[in-house]
Amino acid sequence: MKQYASFVKKEFFHILRDKRTLFILLAMPVVQIIIFGFALSNEVKNARIVVFDQSGDQLTQRIAEAFNNSVYFDIEATVHSYQDIEKLFKKSNIKLAIVFPPNFQDDFGHFNTASVQLINDASDPNVATTLTNYATNIISDFQNNITNNRKLPYTIRIEQRMLYNPQLKAAYNFVPGVMAMVLMLVCTMMTAITIVKEKETGTMEILLVSPIQPFRIIIAKATPYLILSMVNIFSILLLSVFALEVPINGSLMLLLLESILFTLTCLAFGLLISSSTDSQQTAMFISLTGMFLPTLMLSGFMFPIENMPLPLRVISNLVPARWYYSIVKDVMIKGAGFSAIWKETAILAAMLLVLLGISIKKFKTRLA
Amino acid sequence: MRTLKFLLQKEFRQIFRNPSIIRIIFIMPLVQLIILPLAADYEIKDVRITIIDHDHSSYSRQLTDRITASGYFLLQNNADSYRQALVDIEDDKADLVLEIPASFEKTIIRENEASLYVALNAINGSRAGLGGGYLQSIVQEYNRELRLKWIHLPKFDTEPNIKVLATNWFNPSLNYKLFMVPGILVVLVTMVGSFLASLNIVKEKEIGTIEQINVTPIKKHEFILGKLIPFWVLGLVILSLGLIVGWLAYGIVPAGSFLTIYVFAAVYLLAVLGLGLLVSTYTSNQQQAMLISFFLMMIFILLGGLYTPIDSMPYWAQLITKLNPVTYFIEVMRMVVLKGSGLKDVSGHILTMLLFAFVLNGWAIINYRKRS
Repeated sequence: MKQYASFVKKEFFHILRDKRTLFILLAMPVVQIIIFGFALSNEVKNARIVVFDQSGDQLTQRIAEAFNNSVYFDIEATVHSYQDIEKLFKKSNIKLAIVFPPNFQDDFGHFNTASVQLINDASDPNVATTLTNYATNIISDFQNNITNNRKLPYTIRIEQRMLYNPQLKAAYNFVPGVMAMVLMLVCTMMTAITIVKEKETGTMEILLVSPIQPFRIIIAKATPYLILSMVNIFSILLLSVFALEVPINGSLMLLLLESILFTLTCLAFGLLISSSTDSQQTAMFISLTGMFLPTLMLSGFMFPIENMPLPLRVISNLVPARWYYSIVKDVMIKGAGFSAIWKETAILAAMLLVLLGISIKKFKTRLA
Repeated sequence: MRTLKFLLQKEFRQIFRNPSIIRIIFIMPLVQLIILPLAADYEIKDVRITIIDHDHSSYSRQLTDRITASGYFLLQNNADSYRQALVDIEDDKADLVLEIPASFEKTIIRENEASLYVALNAINGSRAGLGGGYLQSIVQEYNRELRLKWIHLPKFDTEPNIKVLATNWFNPSLNYKLFMVPGILVVLVTMVGSFLASLNIVKEKEIGTIEQINVTPIKKHEFILGKLIPFWVLGLVILSLGLIVGWLAYGIVPAGSFLTIYVFAAVYLLAVLGLGLLVSTYTSNQQQAMLISFFLMMIFILLGGLYTPIDSMPYWAQLITKLNPVTYFIEVMRMVVLKGSGLKDVSGHILTMLLFAFVLNGWAIINYRKRS
């Protein structure tokens, strides 16, 4: 026990002396929460548009005015030909062009029907679809204003209720995701690298000839990162509760216990990586491709798993972060108890045992 | 000049002797370009729905059929009560619950108006919003048919009516992959450029071989060029590989010219390598260099407009994106690949990137010391 304590102390010195690394490890979750919480959004606002008005009458001007007054659109320029539209699309960030055909007002007045053409820059399909919807709404509102809202018979109304997240805040979705990502990064990558570093610089040999049991060395190496992760969890939870106003609806204790379980799984994965490589660069790339990208892509936090093709859905079952993400979502936001998440917990525990088993078996006490 | 030649020879040998680097260069981009665009699909389909039909009338059945036949929804369950349906949402088996109240059909005929109740799992806001939107449009369509059955509308427009015709340029089939693949390729090229270059130099520091180079008459700029050129070449190789994979796997052929892509990439890589170099001058071991590059990359990628549009970011974040080289390359790639923009259209981007390259490399060279 005393040996173990002094080894942990040694590791802590390593970490605390490297101020830059420590700073980044602690700042990473904070920066991520800020970026995800305040900078990223799929909402489309202030899209830059151009107007190609071949009619130039009062009505088209009023419609253009309505577009300019909406929060979704900013009219950037008026153009005079389709070629101009194409040129502007190719050169700058214009997202939409509104084209009024000649004699718009006359058609509207005499034939009761006139058409507006919307040309989207559909490079980003989601933005294009969203803008078409917004524009259609603006035009139909405008039309309703002219024709004074007639009430239609036989109307089916829909009453929608948003469960768990009535304000549709994106934070409810990404806070659990950021937690999984940060824990994974700190535990897997950092443990793998510290151990491999000792191999690369040759100090592992010195540690191995010391009287402490080899496996204790490894545990001692992992302990400080477990503690560091707990610090990060607290900072993420504090930020999300107080800055982003995401509540913790379930039990905090359960959330912390599950986080420790996930952290241990990540540490075991880091051990496995470290026992199968000899260079820091390789260790880093294995953790990046084997752990970080799958966590980002396949845990369901950035992209919906239901949309993926079958092979990817199958692979996503092997990503620990997927289960942790679902646990955090259930406990933190839905306020569920252990009975709702026992399955995920069991899967994580099984992963932990398998990973630990393999890495113990692979751990060599001899060099070369 | 001769010194540089030997240095380059050394670097290339070192790179090609390390099997992990070879794997990183050849396998990583391949796997990522094939897997990521499949995963990065924001298109929302197969929304899982649980329906509670208290009415059991022909209208409620017709409506249910419309919803399941639309292709957007998967009928998860027919529940008997709202409470029972909520369990599906709690267990994450359904995204959406539709409740058709008793005597829905009667109410709509007698009172001209009836309500449906919808509850959505809104933890993932965009999914909930879109699912609700789809449902609304299906119900509206059904509503329109219902009206046509009860009232015979005259054939000509009696009310003034503005028609909206939407045309989608550059990506008429609204294919999300066409949008993602060029962006992901940029991330790959950037990762290799900044990560590998900074790690390579710091490694020499960490294992002490940099001392040996420092005591030789090799000049500062020769050493730096010797480090930059190999990774510059590698970056272009990865770009080419990525373009080939994009073509083979997704049939993506740039609408613009390859010349534009390569001219921009050549300048861009200079800037990114400069960044890697700068990181290496500020760090003393690989762990630090890696974490700092990783930290910067994370900010660059998230704020580069790859996943979420830059226009919808708040003003302060938009300012940061202006200082982010990744933003420019993603923009240029998408402009060239999708819209067919030419050199003239992206000349502003190229100039900005030159400025980046100049500042970052200059800073790194000033900061690089031959003494430890």
